[in-house]
Amino acid sequence: MGKRHLGAGLAVGALLAASLAVPAGADDGIRSGYSYMTPETKGMQDDDFQNPGMIWVDDGEKLWNTVDGKAGKACATCHKDAATSMKGVATVYPKYDPKIKKVKNIEWQVNNCRTERMQAKPWKYESGQLLAMTVYIRHQSRGMPMNVSVDGDAIPFFQAGEKFYNQRRGLLDMACKHCHADNAGKNARANLLSQGQTNGFPVYRLKWQKAGSTHRRFRGCNKQVRATPYKAGSDEYMNLELYVAWRGRGLPVETPAVRN
Amino acid sequence: MGIRTLAVAAMGVALTLAVHGDAAAAESVKYKVVDESSIPKSLTGKPGDPKKGRALAINRKKGNCLACHVMPIPEQPFHGNIGTDLNGVGSRYSEGELRLRVVDPKVVNPDTIMPAFYKTAGLHRVLKKWQGKTIIGAQDVEDIIAYLKTLK
Ligand code: HEC
Ligand code: HEC
Ligand code: HEC
Repeated sequence: MGKRHLGAGLAVGALLAASLAVPAGADDGIRSGYSYMTPETKGMQDDDFQNPGMIWVDDGEKLWNTVDGKAGKACATCHKDAATSMKGVATVYPKYDPKIKKVKNIEWQVNNCRTERMQAKPWKYESGQLLAMTVYIRHQSRGMPMNVSVDGDAIPFFQAGEKFYNQRRGLLDMACKHCHADNAGKNARANLLSQGQTNGFPVYRLKWQKAGSTHRRFRGCNKQVRATPYKAGSDEYMNLELYVAWRGRGLPVETPAVRN
Repeated sequence: MGIRTLAVAAMGVALTLAVHGDAAAAESVKYKVVDESSIPKSLTGKPGDPKKGRALAINRKKGNCLACHVMPIPEQPFHGNIGTDLNGVGSRYSEGELRLRVVDPKVVNPDTIMPAFYKTAGLHRVLKKWQGKTIIGAQDVEDIIAYLKTLK
């Protein structure tokens, strides 16, 4: 374990150093949702004392150290200090897992550790616990550039995500790309369209008055074009999450970001 | 999809083709696209009401044209800028051309973000409560056309 995480930490550290020379993503026109926010919302995100998402970080830290399940373990029993063991982890998720031959995200991995390593019940998607833990883990990579792998075994999953992204759906017959690639920076009535990036997730959304997952956002964006959404945690959304994370390559992890 | 395939298939053969909505749609009205650029005939035969058309353009649950277009509707604070400014659109296009652009703009531009407001065919994963339905009704289309015609 220790070695594994040290290895990953070093690799990501090297990448971080390499990309610091160039402002993250700026060159390719890749923009965080942050850059579309009002100064007030930006200020709220920037100040940890004002950022309402920090409550989820605190809750996540408590859960990290709480023993749960029949094995009598906490996350900390195995992973020790998250500031070290989880640093950089978020930058490479979602990622291909040879054991399941699929792409997994952080939420999936947390629940896998709960069921397989702790003999604890999985947390429900969008539950306070799973959100808090995901926020907490991703927060350990704050400022580090997103860098998911989309080659090798990940290729078919990446391609499925890309197809989803470009496929029209719903009664309004729109694909993700119509709003977030073709028209980013334009106004849809009062909404300023961003590139629909995921580097800040789970985000604290002012409209929701709470933190929400990437998959909750995908469901909302499906429903607003009157399309049937998929389940949070579904394979379809895992693949889509991989593709969208790749679109945001180089963007700094902002979790917990604040969004309208 | 269905309509596009049909349109492509008809290219170079006959320039007039019949396109019809899903039979499941209660108010499905058949219409004819002429020269891939126009639907000259009214969907209902009843004249449109420009006042109602204007209200539909504002209504978020109906036309919601303001989501993407700047229009001469000053009392509404937010106009989208995804599409073209519709000021003067009534002099740029004939009635039939306007009707096609509201009924199914994908005939003109297959890649457009603009929804087809009167189409049920070829859609993917439509929410159950909207299946077989069009975004607006046939008379709504005529009301909107009547309104667009006033934008000289
Ligand atoms: C009994 C030891 C053990 C416990 C307890 C445990 N894990 Fe794990 N965890 C592992 C191992 C081993 C791995 C390596 C991947 C695998 O095979 O699942 C891992 C992997 C992970 C990863 C992926 C790291 C990476 O670099 O990809 C995350 C995230 C994670 N665990 C989170 C948690 C959380 C959150 C908890 C508590 C809810 C937890 N783990 C509890 C053993 C544990
Ligand atoms: C009709 C336009 C539209 C479509 C189509 C659409 N979205 Fe969105 N999406 C929005 C709006 C509006 C917002 C909120 C403002 C913003 O960030 O763009 C948003 C926000 C998001 C965000 C949050 C961005 C952030 O920084 O917090 C993500 C992620 C996202 N969308 C992904 C998607 C994906 C994936 C799809 C396809 C399944 C999709 N969207 C389809 C309109 C759309
Ligand atoms: C999701 C965005 C969107 C919505 C909603 C929308 N449009 Fe459009 N519309 C566009 C775009 C983009 C164009 C530019 C041409 C293209 O993409 O094919 C356009 C073009 C047009 C044109 C041709 C204008 C020209 O100058 O060439 C007309 C007419 C039009 N729209 C009418 C409407 C009406 C009426 C409504 C409401 C019933 C509406 N649109 C709703 C996006 C939209």
